[in-house]
Amino acid sequence: MIMMEDVHFAYDGLYTALQGVSLQIDDSERIAIMGSNGAGKTTLVKHLNGLLRPNSGRIIFDGVDIKHYSVAELAREIGLVMQNPDHQLFLDSVEKEVVFGLKQLGFSEDEIKERTERTLASLGLAGLSERSPFTLSGGERKRVALASVLATEPRILALDEPTIGQDARQKEKLAEMLMGLNEKGRTVIVVTHDIEFVIENFPRTIAMANGNIIADGPTNSVLSNDKVIKKCSLTAPQLTQAARSLHEIYPKVQERLTLLSELENEIVRVLGGV
Amino acid sequence: MPLVELNDFSFKYYGAESLALKKIDLTIEEGEYVVITGPSGCGKTTLCRTINALVPQFHRGYISGNVIIDGKNTREHTVAELSSIAGLVFQEPENQLVTLNVEKEIAFGPENLGVEPSEIRRRVEEIIQLLDIEHLREKHPHEMSGGEQQRVAMAATLALKPKILVADEPTSNLDPQSAEVILDIISSLNKRDMTVILVEHRLDLVSKDASRIVLMDKGRIVADGPPREILAQDICQEIGIGVPKATLVYKRLKEQHGIDLGSIPLTGDELAGLVKEASS
Repeated sequence: MIMMEDVHFAYDGLYTALQGVSLQIDDSERIAIMGSNGAGKTTLVKHLNGLLRPNSGRIIFDGVDIKHYSVAELAREIGLVMQNPDHQLFLDSVEKEVVFGLKQLGFSEDEIKERTERTLASLGLAGLSERSPFTLSGGERKRVALASVLATEPRILALDEPTIGQDARQKEKLAEMLMGLNEKGRTVIVVTHDIEFVIENFPRTIAMANGNIIADGPTNSVLSNDKVIKKCSLTAPQLTQAARSLHEIYPKVQERLTLLSELENEIVRVLGGV
Repeated sequence: MPLVELNDFSFKYYGAESLALKKIDLTIEEGEYVVITGPSGCGKTTLCRTINALVPQFHRGYISGNVIIDGKNTREHTVAELSSIAGLVFQEPENQLVTLNVEKEIAFGPENLGVEPSEIRRRVEEIIQLLDIEHLREKHPHEMSGGEQQRVAMAATLALKPKILVADEPTSNLDPQSAEVILDIISSLNKRDMTVILVEHRLDLVSKDASRIVLMDKGRIVADGPPREILAQDICQEIGIGVPKATLVYKRLKEQHGIDLGSIPLTGDELAGLVKEASS
């Protein structure tokens, strides 16, 4: 379990990136952190593994203040994938990138081989294992960065904008993999602007604005709140827009976050006589 | 004469084992708004790089066929020569901004092309107005948000007065509202006579503005036509691109329930409108 208690942070004292953030993350949760550019999302996740240390306030990991741990110690428990893969990749083959982290954590040769192959296959990178990440596309490099951390299966995964540059199929594959890890008990935290990805995969959403948490709760209720949508610079997903517009004429169609199959059934009902 | 012409063009990056582009035939006329989409790694970025000659002049490798941009064959013309024809905006604006404030950033390109100082001053003012970035004039790029940086990167590109704006996932790092600001600017530039080539995965945001979608897979063009026509085809789901949810609902109604809404929606509001029409 992680607890943040009234965490404040300012980069170089210039402006305040976190202004008193408190939250609790339990084991095996799936949480999305959403908010406009500059809301403090990335700053928050960088505090989880000690890359940034709070100016004031505390972060408690399993009952111990993380100021007592080094980044290296925290890295064994908390895996962070940064927004820009180029800040993370440094070896000359995709396979080496994935093997590197596993070696550092002391896995056996067999285990390293098995995990590397499985992770690369799950993320659609199997055919690229010998390639230099430098020669890959933006979306592929992002998946290599994800693979290098996901392969280590840390207790807590924090992924900053994991869906950037990914097509619909790759997003599905990534979601499947995150679900699999979550079922094994891993905590999954994503920072993202991708509202559909959140609705489909994350039961809890933390919304941030100007360095504060402005809402924290079930995704359905947080993202149904127009004020939150506006303050987080989000736009309502197409299905919600359609549901709202239909609700004006057919009050039975609920104006809320909707899955595709739900809206499909509602429309069939409305047009039942056609 | 078309503005962009790729004739049976193939390209393999130096050291790569397979072709990034395979026998591409593509013609783009002045004034079009073309969205290029396709699975991650399908060759979209490479295609963008052919338009301003980064391929093959900077990124070297095996080539066959020809790319003719505004009458110039990119085998024979440098990136600098093409910079006033095709302007590229990248995914990560940070990688593109080089100076200490916005005015200098916008002036940087034309200065390097030897444009007269009075003309540069005129362009800086015109573009600051056009993109509504007066409030950023004195700011350092690193003090700006991602959306602001992307607007400045676009301003710097437009200062070269290109005929074609090529934007490679310019909104992927931005929150949805900042993304809409950028996409609205691109759409209004297109209406003012700019030819636009945009790489984008989020088809729900761009399909309504585009005149044409070019769908790529594994280095080839696999479909090319008006957005509504292309997005309703099964191939989109087969190769795994993000078809707008409103379009998917339309397809499911037709295929699973025999309900034909009569026209293909690209947005939630269009879908709701069609349902209302069908029920009345």
